Parts: sequence; structure tokens; C-alpha cells
Amino acid sequence: MNALNNFFFIALPYMALVIFLVGSIYRFTYKGFQFSSLSSQFLEGRKLFYGSVPFHWGVIFLFLGHLIAFLFPREVLAWNSQPVRLMILEITAFIFGISMLVGLVNLLVRRYTTPRLKFVTNKMDLVIYLLLIFQTVMGLWIAYNFRWGSSWFSTLLTPYLNSIFTLQPDITVVSLLPLTVKLHIIGAFVIIGLIPFSRLIHFLVPPIDYIWRPYQQVRWYWGRRKVRSPRTPWSVQRPKNN
Amino acid sequence: MDVRSQISMVFHLDKCIGCHTCSIACKNIWTDRKGAEYMWWNNVETKPGTGYPTKWEDQNIYRGGWQKTNGKVTLKGAGKRRGLTNIFYNPNLPVIDDYYEPFTYKYLDLIESPEGDDQPTARPVSLITGKPIDIKMGPNWDDDLSGTPDYGRNDPNLKNLSAAEQEVMFQLERMAFFYLPRICNHCLNPACVGACPSGAIYKRGEDGVVLINQEVCRAWRMCVTACPYKKSYYNWHTGKSEKCILCFPRLEAGLAPACMHSCVGRIRYLGVLLYDADKIEAAVHDDEKNLIDRHLDIILDPFDEKVIRAAKMNGVADSTIHAAQFSPVYKYVKEWKLALPLHAEFRTLPMLFYVPPLLPVMATVKQVDNSDQAEKMNPIAKYWDDNWLYDTSTKELWGTLDQVRFPLKYLASLLSAGNEDMIKDKWKKLMAVRIHRRRVTVGDVSNEKADETLREAGITAEMADGIFYLTALAKFEDRFVIPPAHREQAIEMLDFTGDTKGEVGFGIKSKIRRGL
Repeated sequence: MNALNNFFFIALPYMALVIFLVGSIYRFTYKGFQFSSLSSQFLEGRKLFYGSVPFHWGVIFLFLGHLIAFLFPREVLAWNSQPVRLMILEITAFIFGISMLVGLVNLLVRRYTTPRLKFVTNKMDLVIYLLLIFQTVMGLWIAYNFRWGSSWFSTLLTPYLNSIFTLQPDITVVSLLPLTVKLHIIGAFVIIGLIPFSRLIHFLVPPIDYIWRPYQQVRWYWGRRKVRSPRTPWSVQRPKNN
Repeated sequence: MDVRSQISMVFHLDKCIGCHTCSIACKNIWTDRKGAEYMWWNNVETKPGTGYPTKWEDQNIYRGGWQKTNGKVTLKGAGKRRGLTNIFYNPNLPVIDDYYEPFTYKYLDLIESPEGDDQPTARPVSLITGKPIDIKMGPNWDDDLSGTPDYGRNDPNLKNLSAAEQEVMFQLERMAFFYLPRICNHCLNPACVGACPSGAIYKRGEDGVVLINQEVCRAWRMCVTACPYKKSYYNWHTGKSEKCILCFPRLEAGLAPACMHSCVGRIRYLGVLLYDADKIEAAVHDDEKNLIDRHLDIILDPFDEKVIRAAKMNGVADSTIHAAQFSPVYKYVKEWKLALPLHAEFRTLPMLFYVPPLLPVMATVKQVDNSDQAEKMNPIAKYWDDNWLYDTSTKELWGTLDQVRFPLKYLASLLSAGNEDMIKDKWKKLMAVRIHRRRVTVGDVSNEKADETLREAGITAEMADGIFYLTALAKFEDRFVIPPAHREQAIEMLDFTGDTKGEVGFGIKSKIRRGL
């Protein structure tokens, strides 16, 4: 049992993180062409709405929720100190979880019932769908059966994750958690490890800089004003052709 | 003054014969790949018709281009707020059925079928699924007014025409059409660039070519929505958007783009325009009726000393300025004011200009007596029993302008944002050139009459001769004035893509593999 715990909560996280980092950086640097969300809306443009939209908003909210609970545990606990606020947070999160599950199921059904989509679907897509559905179901299960996860995540799991990131893994608490929670943690690291090998990689390149970018972009191959000064016709920098 | 140079184009619609050679040249070079089969970076449409993708001009459907609301110019169907909130599902994205499902035929069945009572047939199969399909749509499905009730009648440009005017247009005896070849306009205010969330699309400063960086494109597919001309295409296989690259590898080597080089009717002209980038913003924000004037105002006179000095300050090479001075595009667009941008009301400032068609629209037929001719002919040979000929008499020229086979409104909605006088003005010039040349070559037009028409059209005899030369006699070097690129740079910019032909087509040398 101890060996298993050691593997799943020490070895697996580190393997996943290393694979994620190295793989993503490698693909970003050398395989830019493969960085794509691989949208299939062009081949099927109606059913996608009922899958993609609920899934993406759900997963964004839940991902940020987990991230905030990890980064700011004290603030989350302070927020949860009043039962009403705790209820609001938990119910919202649960609704987003359901939205994510509905979206995923719709996406899976859409992908395997639309003949055209078969030709832009690979095995990894199925693996990712099933993993994400598993992960969402586990999450909802935990939220329903082990109430007030936002609070106990901050007290139990944040220290564990911190211990992973500070390279002093401490799994005494994690190894005592119920099986569903353990599966949820394992699922999370498996998904992280699969990011460089799947279309999930597109979440690393969200177009955030679009918000402050000017609309128009003009690019030169060279600093055009430096190229040539009409006053010094024989300057070192010769005029470039364009 | 921020002077930049732009490789710009003029298409002379009077000369287009609708042979689609340009489309085929382009397809063979750039889009004969998986996922790109349905793309026609260059396509030729019959007008009136719904075009490709179907009804692309109707922005109530496709939400392309910019719109001006309360003095602010924003993207109609994309942009920062709309683009980012719709990123998971783009409600305005055309799907493949709006273009057509690419197909081929099972030709091998013709050869390999076993002997039987029936002739073997080559069934159409989808190029996406490989399964047999019923073809519902294909490239140039509405060519030469075929399927007019479904296509020609639904042309979005007809929306301002009364029912009676439309009826007249589609009377069998009066029916007329012309061709509209379209490529990417390489706009000055490109909507696709503005809409790209990942910043993959950019306009090259040196020559104004608008390109999509295939390594940065993330398939957010907003450019497809934003381009009002629907000239940005989504490759469903690679998950990247693609568009016309104005054959930049050819341009850099001093060659004309493939579609232009192969143009049988020689309708295409390509040359440098110098423009003032500082004026773009004000022009884009102006009222719809002023848009074309402001657009032409951006284009600078390459002979002006001030312009030349400012251009050199900006690093525009002498050879480029020289090319700008000999540019056929400058002559058509600015000197003679004969060419107009397509759908200026989309506010993208397209840098591809069209000379409006005169002949198919103006020409009427009249009954003539052919008996003399017919008698001379060998009765076994072709017998000319048709007594109707094109009426080329020019006496009632200005009178017939209002009785053209196409309502002026139609062409105005296509080429001048609704301004009918602008089209009339071009037609007068085109007709005046014909009358002037008839005086010179045939001599049956009086000098007074010819001079008067020229004066009324606002051009001189020298200009008319220039227009005639560039329209009718122009050689390859006259039609394509491409500024020379330094050879060493051309090599640097262009990798040899022959090795990976059929897989890439963008100057990327590595093998293209779809994302996982």
C-alpha cells in the first residue's frame, strides 16, 4: 500500500510535471505548426454549441477555482467562514461541474455520431474525453459526498501540493484520504502528463494578449527607418529592397 | 506622412472571359492538399449570382467586415469582446456546406468493373469521408447563370432593386452577366488581421501582402468570420487558417502571381502603389458615401518630390519608387480613375481594384440585313441566319447609359458603395476611349463628336490612347511591374518547397503533421 501511495502521489506527480514541462516547451519551440485547438466547428457547426460552450466555461471556472484554493488557501478559508458564502461557492462550483459534464458528454456524442468528424478524430481524443469525464464525475461525486471541498482542499491538499512543488513531498495526509479523492488526484496528474501529447495543449496559448494588442499588425523584415537616410546616401546600411 | 509601398492589383472586368484558368493555376500551386480541396484562393464568380461561399456578400448572414456605429468602427462579427467570448463556439462561422463538400469520382470503377449489362459509372465520393455522396454544390455551381432561380435571383446585390427592375434583369432576351474574379484584396485595414486573437495574421510592411503565420495560428477561426470577402479559409485537416499569399515567393523572385501570369484574357494588372499609412484611420472612419474618395486619397503620387523624399526616409528602395512610377495600377486607379474597389462599404480598404464591365451591360442587339453576307457564303458551310448583331453604333451613347441591361444600381452596390454616378463616370470614360479609337482607326466618327465625348468623360485624347494601350495592347512587362527584390534576400525568404509539395505550400520546409 505504501509503495502504491508513493508511486501515485510522489512519482506520478513528478513524472507528469516533468513530461508536461519538457513536452510543452519542446512542442512550442519546434512544433509550432502542431499548436492548434483543432476546431471541428467547420465540419459540424450546430451540435458543437451544446458541447463546447458548457464544457469550456465549466472547466475554466473549475480550473481557476482549484488554482485559487491552491494559491490563496487562507483567503478561501476566510471567505468560507460564513456558511452563506460557503454555500454560494460550493453550489456555483457544482453547477459549473455539471455544465462541464453535460458539455463533455455532448462533445463525445457529437464526435462519434457525426460521420465527417471521424476523419479529424484520433485515439488520443477519445482517451482525453474519457479521462475528463472520469475526472468530472469524480469531482462531482466528491463535492456531493464529502461536503465543503473548498474548505478541506485548502487545509489538506494545498499543503500536499506545496510539498510537491517545494520538492519535499509529504503524503501522510493524502494517503489517508478516501479512494474517490485519491482517484481524482491521480486523474489530475495523468491529464497534466498527457497535455503535450493531446489537443489539450491549446489551453497553454490562450489569446490573452489580444485584449491589449492594437487591431492592425504590420511587420517588416528589418528596422525600416534605420535602413536608409537620404542625407547620407552611402551609409553603411544599404537600402533594402521592398 | 508615413509612406509605404503596396503591391496592388487591377482587374479589368470587360476583358474577363470567365475561363477559370486563374483559379486552376492557383489551385495547382497552393491548394491541392488535404483539407484545402474546397479552398479557392482565387475564384471567378458569375454576376448576378450568389458566389462562393454562397451569398458571401450578405453580411447579415456572415457578419464580416467593419461597421460604423456611433462614430466608432468595429468588427461586425468578431473583435476583442465578441471574438473572445465566442471563442469556444463562433456563431458566425461558415461551415463546409456553405462552400461545398469537396469530392472526386471513383474513376477506377470505369476500368476495373466486371463485365455486365450496364455501363460502369464513376460515382462521386466525398474527399472528406471517402464515402459516396450526392453532390449538392461544387465550385462555380452557378457559373454562367446556371440555376438562376436559386442563385442569380438571390444575389445580395439585388436587395436595393425593385421587383420590376429585377424582373427586367432576368428576362431571357435581355439577360446579361459578367464575371467577377476574386482573390484576397490585401486590404489596408484588413478585418482578418484585426480579428485574429492569436496575432498570427499580419500585413507585410514591405509590400502589403497579408499573411497568416501557420506556426502561430491556433484555429480560433475568427478571421474566417471577419473577412467580408470570405477569403480566409479554415483548413479542417491541419486546424489552421489559410489565405491567398499573393504568390509572395514568386513576387520576390520577380515573377507575376500564378493567377495573373496565367490570365488568358489578360485582365490582370499588378504594380506598386505608394500610400500614406497616416491617412488610413481617418479614411476608415469616414461616412459611407465618402469612403471611396478617401480610399483613393490615401494613394500617393509617386512623382511628387515630397512623396519620394518621405518614401526614402521610410526605407522604400529607389527601385520600388521607380516601379511605382510605372505602375499600371496607379494609372488605372489614380490617373485615369477607372477602377473601383469591391464593396468599399465593408471598410477594409481593399487594394484590389476593378474596372467596371461595359460591354455585357451596355450592349444591345439590333436587326441587320445579312443577305449580302449570306449570299457570299458556301451553302454547305456555316449559314449565317441570325440577323441580330451587337449594336455598336455610338450615336445614342449617353442616352443608352440609363437603359443598360443591368440597372446601374446593381453595379453601384457591387463596386461603388451605392454611388451610381461613380459607375456612370467610368462607363463614360470607357465609351469615350472606344469612340476616340474609332475615330483614329476607322475614321467614321467626326472629330467634333469624338472630342465632345472625350470632354464629357473628362479625359484627354492622350489619356484615351494610354487607356487603349494598357487595355488592349499591353505586354507582359506593362501589365506586371514588379519591383525587383535582391536575389540574396529572395533566397533567404523562399525555401524550396518542391520536396514537400502537396503537404505544405507555405515556404515551410519541414513536413507538416497535424496536431495531436
